[in-house]
Amino acid sequence: MTEPVVFRWHPAEITAITPATPLVTSVRLRCTLAEDYRAGQHVDVRLTAADGYQAQRSYSIASAPDGSGTVELLIEALPDGEVSGWFTQVAAAGDTVELRGPIGGSFSWDGPDGGPLLLAGGGSGVVPLLAMLRRRAQDWRAIPAALIYATRTRAEAIALPELERLAAEDPGFALHLAVTRDPGGKRLDAALVADALGRTGPPGKVFLCGSNRFVAAASDLIVAAGVAPGLIRTERFGA
Amino acid sequence: MVTRGFVGRRPPPETGARLPPGQYQTDDFPILQIGPNPTVDRATWRFTLREGSRPIKAWSWAEFEALPRTAWQGDIHCVTKWSKFDTTWEGVSFDDLLADAGIAAPTPFLLAESYDDYTTNVPVADLIGGRALVATRYAGQPIHPDHGGPARLFVPHLYFWKSAKWVKGLRFTRVDTAGFWELRGYHMYGDPWREQRYTGD
Repeated sequence: MTEPVVFRWHPAEITAITPATPLVTSVRLRCTLAEDYRAGQHVDVRLTAADGYQAQRSYSIASAPDGSGTVELLIEALPDGEVSGWFTQVAAAGDTVELRGPIGGSFSWDGPDGGPLLLAGGGSGVVPLLAMLRRRAQDWRAIPAALIYATRTRAEAIALPELERLAAEDPGFALHLAVTRDPGGKRLDAALVADALGRTGPPGKVFLCGSNRFVAAASDLIVAAGVAPGLIRTERFGA
Repeated sequence: MVTRGFVGRRPPPETGARLPPGQYQTDDFPILQIGPNPTVDRATWRFTLREGSRPIKAWSWAEFEALPRTAWQGDIHCVTKWSKFDTTWEGVSFDDLLADAGIAAPTPFLLAESYDDYTTNVPVADLIGGRALVATRYAGQPIHPDHGGPARLFVPHLYFWKSAKWVKGLRFTRVDTAGFWELRGYHMYGDPWREQRYTGD
């Protein structure tokens, strides 16, 4: 990367907005960067009030470039969320926000980067990993991949039908759910990591995303299983 | 461009005055880094000043802990939009490092280098005059590895990616040389009050 990257604000129109889970809203935005990003990258979104007051947040892109001219964001409603609250309660198709990016080259993947891919996401931390799996499903199914996905309940899991369908139809992809609050659920532990590694073989790329606690736990387990720390890329959100 | 129906949640005036543009206040201490925490053992820890590839001065952990200590209290600002108020840090000021090495800064720029191969650039002028530490304590305790311990660069008037975690040395450079994030579109300087998040801001 020798050319300086410049991120400018661009208007982005909401083309579709639908509930994805009880807490998460899928937002499709038509924007100029839609065909020019890598799976795993994020965008900054800016909202402006009538008096000029602005609020910005970062959101991972959930989609892979797909020719639609849009990106999908999966926005979780946070308690008192200033920006997420607008998206989940006010926003409608036809509204316009401002967006810039794509940002964050180190936490991103495309087929030429190779694999096998070991992914672990906690809660909405699965979103950038979903983008990587969607990219893989487009053109790179020969690269083995496993997703360890920790979710409190199945009902809260993002894109679960899509992931389960992919796991059923694609022998190169394994889904390992850690459902922590449902009866009979499973915790993220060494056995789960061993299962995932058993499906992929020694990984070439490892991406972890979630809360501080989730990423620390997943990182420790994966390093303990013999994966070189230098292969692991992490992205965390607070608290 | 006004966003239909967006009102926003304005911070109270006393909070707002302390928040750089585009930031919000948090009481958490989020953790952001490119990979796992590197394993850094105080027994083998070294902190090295270099000019280009030439070492100028190196300290062991014991030698570093014996240097004069400087405390700092105030607000920190992360490019990911959170700000945290009234944090307390302690460490060795950049001025005291130079004094102990018996040198003046040989060039106007440097790259902080970390045990996880992270780098970030800072002008020397932003480090001297008590403006920066190599911090070893946060909130009165040794810095947890999640927050960059045993030692991290600490430059609180710039976005916090400049405060490199797990720092192992400072490399003086003749020209301002982009580090890890600066090569990926982040601003070369990173002043939160001018909202210099990315190149061109």
